[in-house]
Amino acid sequence: MEAAAARGSRRPPWLAGVAPLAVLAVAIGLFVLLDAPGLNRIGVPQESLTVERTVLKPGEIQLHVRNDGPDRVRVRQVIVNDAFAPFTQTNDDVGRLGGSEIDVQYPWIEGQDYEVRLLTDTGLTIDHTVAAATETPGADLSFYGLMALIGLYVGIIPVAIGMLWLPWLRGVDARWVKFLLAFTIGLLAFLGIEALLEGTDIANTSAQVFGGAALVWLGAAAAFLALAWVDSWLRARRPSDDKAGLGFRAATLVAVGIGLHNLGEGLAIGSAYAVGSLALGATLVVGFALHNTTEGLAIVAPVARERTARLGRLALLGLIAGAPAVLGAWIGASAYQPGIAALMFGVGAGAIAQVIVQIAPQIRDGAGRVLHPLAISGLLTGLVVMYFTGLLVSI
Amino acid sequence: MKFGQGKLSRRRLLGGVAGVSAALGLHEVVPHQGLHHAVGTAFAQDGHGGGHDVHGGGAAMQHPLHAGTVGMVDPRTNGFDPQAMLRDFDEGTVVNGVREWELVAEEKTIEVAPGVKYDAWAYNGRVPGPTLRAREGERLRIRFVNGAQHPHTIHFHGIHTSRMDGIPGIGAGDIAPGESTTYEFHATPFGLHLYHCHSMPLAEHIAKGLYGAFIIDPKRGRPEADELVMVMNGFDTNFDRANEVYAVNTVAFEYLHRPVVVRRDQLVRIYLVNALEFDLLNSFHIHANFFDYYPTGTRLEPRDFTDTVIQGQGERGILELRFPYTGKYMFHAHVSEFAELGWMGFFEVTD
Repeated sequence: MEAAAARGSRRPPWLAGVAPLAVLAVAIGLFVLLDAPGLNRIGVPQESLTVERTVLKPGEIQLHVRNDGPDRVRVRQVIVNDAFAPFTQTNDDVGRLGGSEIDVQYPWIEGQDYEVRLLTDTGLTIDHTVAAATETPGADLSFYGLMALIGLYVGIIPVAIGMLWLPWLRGVDARWVKFLLAFTIGLLAFLGIEALLEGTDIANTSAQVFGGAALVWLGAAAAFLALAWVDSWLRARRPSDDKAGLGFRAATLVAVGIGLHNLGEGLAIGSAYAVGSLALGATLVVGFALHNTTEGLAIVAPVARERTARLGRLALLGLIAGAPAVLGAWIGASAYQPGIAALMFGVGAGAIAQVIVQIAPQIRDGAGRVLHPLAISGLLTGLVVMYFTGLLVSI
Repeated sequence: MKFGQGKLSRRRLLGGVAGVSAALGLHEVVPHQGLHHAVGTAFAQDGHGGGHDVHGGGAAMQHPLHAGTVGMVDPRTNGFDPQAMLRDFDEGTVVNGVREWELVAEEKTIEVAPGVKYDAWAYNGRVPGPTLRAREGERLRIRFVNGAQHPHTIHFHGIHTSRMDGIPGIGAGDIAPGESTTYEFHATPFGLHLYHCHSMPLAEHIAKGLYGAFIIDPKRGRPEADELVMVMNGFDTNFDRANEVYAVNTVAFEYLHRPVVVRRDQLVRIYLVNALEFDLLNSFHIHANFFDYYPTGTRLEPRDFTDTVIQGQGERGILELRFPYTGKYMFHAHVSEFAELGWMGFFEVTD
């Protein structure tokens, strides 16, 4: 006993923590090597492919697919609108989580719907509908320019306009500022809910094996915690500066939260543009401008009581909030992946939730209540304004 | 035509049509270019020149025919060759004045389109089953062995007693796995008939492949001709009670890739049977020609002189025609959906 104890004491303590991991690794290795001894597959293969991206070129329909089922999938023929069509594929034996690009030669016609049916070696069919076919824009310089312009119109400019309310905010009564902060919270709550719903919608169309709607909530939780960490870091940098930096810290968080939200919005716009379902026009741009101008107001509301506000710093906040729309539009139009888009919407929602948590204390009245009548009316106004301006922008 | 002759005609094809041979050689490496080449050449090879201005080789390559599967089905995979099936008539053996056959039902995985497998039920290992051929008035005896895992029967179209009708509950009824029975009746009336399994559920037992053509020749016979059997069928590969693949003699686009070779001016007789399930109608249309049509083949005078005929489920008829010009002539279901899902082919008319 004593000898054993002595030997034990000589081992470094971390070894005991790592030992179970080593045993697990060996067990997994053996299990895989022996092909799951004693466990036999029953039933027929469950083949499943999800189409992650559709690219249409003249005379060609290109599907980017991912195997989100438990078994291998071998596409052997392709049927488009009840006719076999010639095709090539980059991977004719797609394993679990594996991907393949299937290029189908088909003289599709602008504006028509097509049902693409993948026929596997077992005779199973996997259907994908191409709605209102239109050529996918090529990713050249003018395309990136166009996406940047859209991002500028719907992200940066409206936010900047909204920030022009700052001088007015400086002069008004303190109760107005509380009302506007409550208004900001209502607005953010609307954006957060919208992001969760949209993310869930997208997640349901993506490969379920990556988690589906769970991705959205995972993204939300991660963003919520990450922003809490950023906030505590900001606090730690200026522990003594209790009053002066407070407003800017809140404004920065609001800008980051809105920025992450606008990244998701940009993704949605870019991907809608890529599949030709985006009616680019004055209505959309005006709608987004109204919708997002309120975001600018939300950023400057926390700094209304700051005595000094450098222009450069404000411009930076505006860019943090608005510029991600440009980035999102680029990604959405050129490398759209529903799983990633769902995650991004979750991140936006989580960031917004953290921002709400941060701003909420600032609307307390003298009695320390958050939900006093003035705040409630502000919250409701924020929700209602976002709802109605949101009607102007449906993608 | 037996398999050996099938190979012969194939070799002739390889020599004559470079494009098709290229397709056969290339399909492993570059499947779809191979197909385009084959199809492009098929058009370009229009013998009498009429089609050249429309479907020149260059034009065919610029506007490839957007139909057809990718790759080829090797007849060795299935153990039967649709090329050989065309002219394969099983006359059985005559023992003491009775014509006898043995049919065995079995389970067999077949390839209905390149790379696409289907778990079929088959008589004597082939879909469609053997083309049984007898002469009007003969005594026929068919021994049936069920080598499959489900009960099956053989129900013959024709005139016979109730006990020999091959349906569940009457006579021998359903034949259990491992059991056998013998059906016996006279060959009447003359014409083109059908035999198929009649166990329940009926649509499934037929759709899985238990059917075949049954020819009773009139006593005086029919004029000498190049005779072809074409059983129009389809396969519901994903079990949604609709066919994914259509064909004549099982393999989609078989005769598009390897045309049916016939002689100019020779009388061609096609025994056309519709064994399709799930779709109400099927049809046969020939390009650049007309045919005499004998519904069910029970009269010696044609009912129609036409280029398109419609058949309902279980319907069949005899077509007679001559090709006055050499070249490639398409034939397909004029139900365009079926045509583009595999029921499309070519006749290649040679001197």
